Amino acid sequence: MSKKDVLLKIRNLKIQGYSNETWVDIIKGVDLTLHRGEVMGLIGESGAGKSTIGAAAMGYARDGTRITEDSTIEFDGMELTTATEEERRALRGSRIAYVAQSAAASFNPAHKLIDQHTEAPLQYRIKKRMEAQEDAVDLYRRLRLPNPEEIGFRYPHQVSGGQLQRAMTAMAMSCRPDLIIFDEPTTALDVTTQIEVLAAIRDIVDQFNTAALYITHDLAVVAQMADTIKVLLKGEEVEEAPTAQMLDNPKEDYTKSLWAVRSFTSPQRYRPTDGTPPLISVKNVDASYTGGEKVLDDVSFDIYEGMTVAVVGESGSGKSTTARVITGLLPPSKGEVLFKGEPFPPDYRQRSREELRQCQMIYQMADTALNPKVRISEIIGRPAQFYSGLRGVKLKNRVDELLDLIELEPSQYYNRYPPELSGGQKQRIGIARALAAEPTFIVCDEVTSALDQLVAEGILRLLDRLQDELKLAYMFITHDLATVRSIADEVVVMQHGKVVEQGPKEEMFTPPHHPYTDLLLSSVPEMDPNWLTTLLEERGVDNVGDAALAQISPDDEKVAGTKV
Amino acid sequence: MGDILKLVGQRLGFGLGILLVISLIIFFMVELLPGDMAQAVLGQGATEENLAALRREMGLDRPALVRYFDWLGGAIFFDFGSSAITGERVSAVIGQRFMNTLFLAAYAAVIAVPIAITLGVLVALLRNTLFDRVANVATLTSISSPEFFLGYILILFFAVKWGMFPSIASLSSGMDFGELLYRTFLPALTLVLVVVAHMMRMTRAAIINLLASPYIEMARLKGVPPWRVIVRHALPNAWAPIINVVALNLAYLITGVVLVEVVFVYPGIGQALVDAVSKRDFPVVQACCLIFAATFILLNLAADVGSILTNPRLRHPK
Repeated sequence: MSKKDVLLKIRNLKIQGYSNETWVDIIKGVDLTLHRGEVMGLIGESGAGKSTIGAAAMGYARDGTRITEDSTIEFDGMELTTATEEERRALRGSRIAYVAQSAAASFNPAHKLIDQHTEAPLQYRIKKRMEAQEDAVDLYRRLRLPNPEEIGFRYPHQVSGGQLQRAMTAMAMSCRPDLIIFDEPTTALDVTTQIEVLAAIRDIVDQFNTAALYITHDLAVVAQMADTIKVLLKGEEVEEAPTAQMLDNPKEDYTKSLWAVRSFTSPQRYRPTDGTPPLISVKNVDASYTGGEKVLDDVSFDIYEGMTVAVVGESGSGKSTTARVITGLLPPSKGEVLFKGEPFPPDYRQRSREELRQCQMIYQMADTALNPKVRISEIIGRPAQFYSGLRGVKLKNRVDELLDLIELEPSQYYNRYPPELSGGQKQRIGIARALAAEPTFIVCDEVTSALDQLVAEGILRLLDRLQDELKLAYMFITHDLATVRSIADEVVVMQHGKVVEQGPKEEMFTPPHHPYTDLLLSSVPEMDPNWLTTLLEERGVDNVGDAALAQISPDDEKVAGTKV
Repeated sequence: MGDILKLVGQRLGFGLGILLVISLIIFFMVELLPGDMAQAVLGQGATEENLAALRREMGLDRPALVRYFDWLGGAIFFDFGSSAITGERVSAVIGQRFMNTLFLAAYAAVIAVPIAITLGVLVALLRNTLFDRVANVATLTSISSPEFFLGYILILFFAVKWGMFPSIASLSSGMDFGELLYRTFLPALTLVLVVVAHMMRMTRAAIINLLASPYIEMARLKGVPPWRVIVRHALPNAWAPIINVVALNLAYLITGVVLVEVVFVYPGIGQALVDAVSKRDFPVVQACCLIFAATFILLNLAADVGSILTNPRLRHPK
């Protein structure tokens, strides 16, 4: 079995989706050749058709899509487009396996992990139940899951996200397939967790010489995983090349633009020195949700007028809870929030209209944050009316002005509904809605995480421009350190509801760091294809993710003395 | 498990509270009606003295609140006082009839629930096929026809034309169980036809609703056959809505059978209620209403607890 055997050969793949009562091309004739043991990265923005191609490699068309008849998908000598549904189904799980984006949603909540793991081998009569369970435990061990003997007997909700993602990779391996489709397997994870999953995936693919299609939008991740990279745009191939060559020397303009996307940096701003009080000051705040444990523990930081404070940390670290305390959605159990040196009422219901207008929010999911049944003019007009009492022509002028601010042509968007807009445009509407109140302070909660990199950069540039024009202060909640680098003036690092480190951006990105900051920073994948290998050598394979977190000693001098 | 017990305890408490409120409403609604029980017994022509004497005798001269607690205290031990018309104990009048109704409901449920869920799973599996459409049309037809009409149609064919089953479900003591099932088959079948559609359609909807979930796609991409995707991956997560609609229909089987009982001359509690209303026999009416309310609450409670128990997050806490 030489490495040069062709395993998967896709020619002229066309996939159509049904919308507005016609069939529209989603994939417009893509060719793909994958050899045994080879890992190919498929990258592109959302809507590029990466996942659709991944599913098609299994002969699977999602509901509402179809593979056209002139496409050919040849898997190990078998033509999938002409095979019967039964023949195609017999390949799935046994010879081609799938690892989904969100393991938390893709494991059935009603069954134990190991029962889901052994389902395919039992069904294909490859193994007996006991054998299959032993094999599962063996795979859990190889993937370095904690308590491999026991973890499979838990239900999905009893296992953490990173562990579930590894358990899903183990499940994909259960029949020792020839090919695994990884569909954004680490997108939903924190950076520190991402590393352990990446390392586990790379390891297991190497050990069994499994071929893989690795689908992602993250270039740095694909650089670690793939032998070759194929770039896709709107259902068409842009270019394909071996990883090193693709990184060093991309040929097409589109690829170059992807590579250059993190170039935007806003100039560093500094705190005023004339003694003006901070715009927002969070003072020794503790908070918890009804009856629960403390989610915030003695959180303090200041946000000055016209500056951006990035709050970083992993999921569950208390970033969003802090925002809820500032906006008054969750009154703190201890401590207070000051606005220009004066106490801000803890509950938004006790705040006056003037106080309420000062602090607005922009949300992560513009999709769900905008009412789909309400016109753009009303979404933006409503806060303008509520806070400033504008009516009639004045209101219309104000909405036009706001649409101009966010760089959308008023006449074109005034009467449209959110579902007619793209993700980036929706997020712009979210920004306009926040601006309509004429605030001095805006909480941006992961506003770019759901967006493609090019679009996200546009949003960051817009926010930066608005900040200068309108003297806005931002609290920028994010887990993406690249975003922090480009937009923040000051950084607050949170872990387990505590502020572990804070300071100006330039200071935060130069050592020495708090060990947790250090871990966060070093866990962000870099474009260098040897980055993961080097990192694993430095840290040791067993010292990534949760294990690395656990190693931060509370006695470390940098932990004890939090610098401000 | 402690959490579950707490939840169940809470629901039980709520149920009792609601029952108490309903008992208040039932009692005082009757109280609000013009005339009282003495009037009903003696008729329009009764003299004031006679009425007053009877009121004293029946205890009607005491304040309403006292009588309410008196009544409620008895009701806890299934003692609803005596019938205003015949003087019999209410529990004796409706006790056996309630058991008959329960029997008929159980009979219908044992047939209807498995059929409804199996059909629901099948139509979900074969959705948008001819089978799906035929099953939908058939069950919709049966649910939209009035139950007395269904009953007469069944009598026409099974009793009159083919002579397979008796048209009157008369019961006598000492009948063996087989005979009992045979005699009550037609009313049970009528009820089955009435409730199957609702449960089947809810099962179908609950399952199809889940088919867009990532874990269903995962199962398909693992090569799991379609029937197994439905039965093993979708159904276990669809129990909560299914259980609720089943409970609702079971409650209907007990409280909504009046017409069917009339058509088949079946000695159930529905008939007793109709009789009591027309004769203004308030104690019987009150007792029937309270029993119906309790049945509704109990079944909904069971549904709540059932859907809680099917949630793996609650059954297996972290």
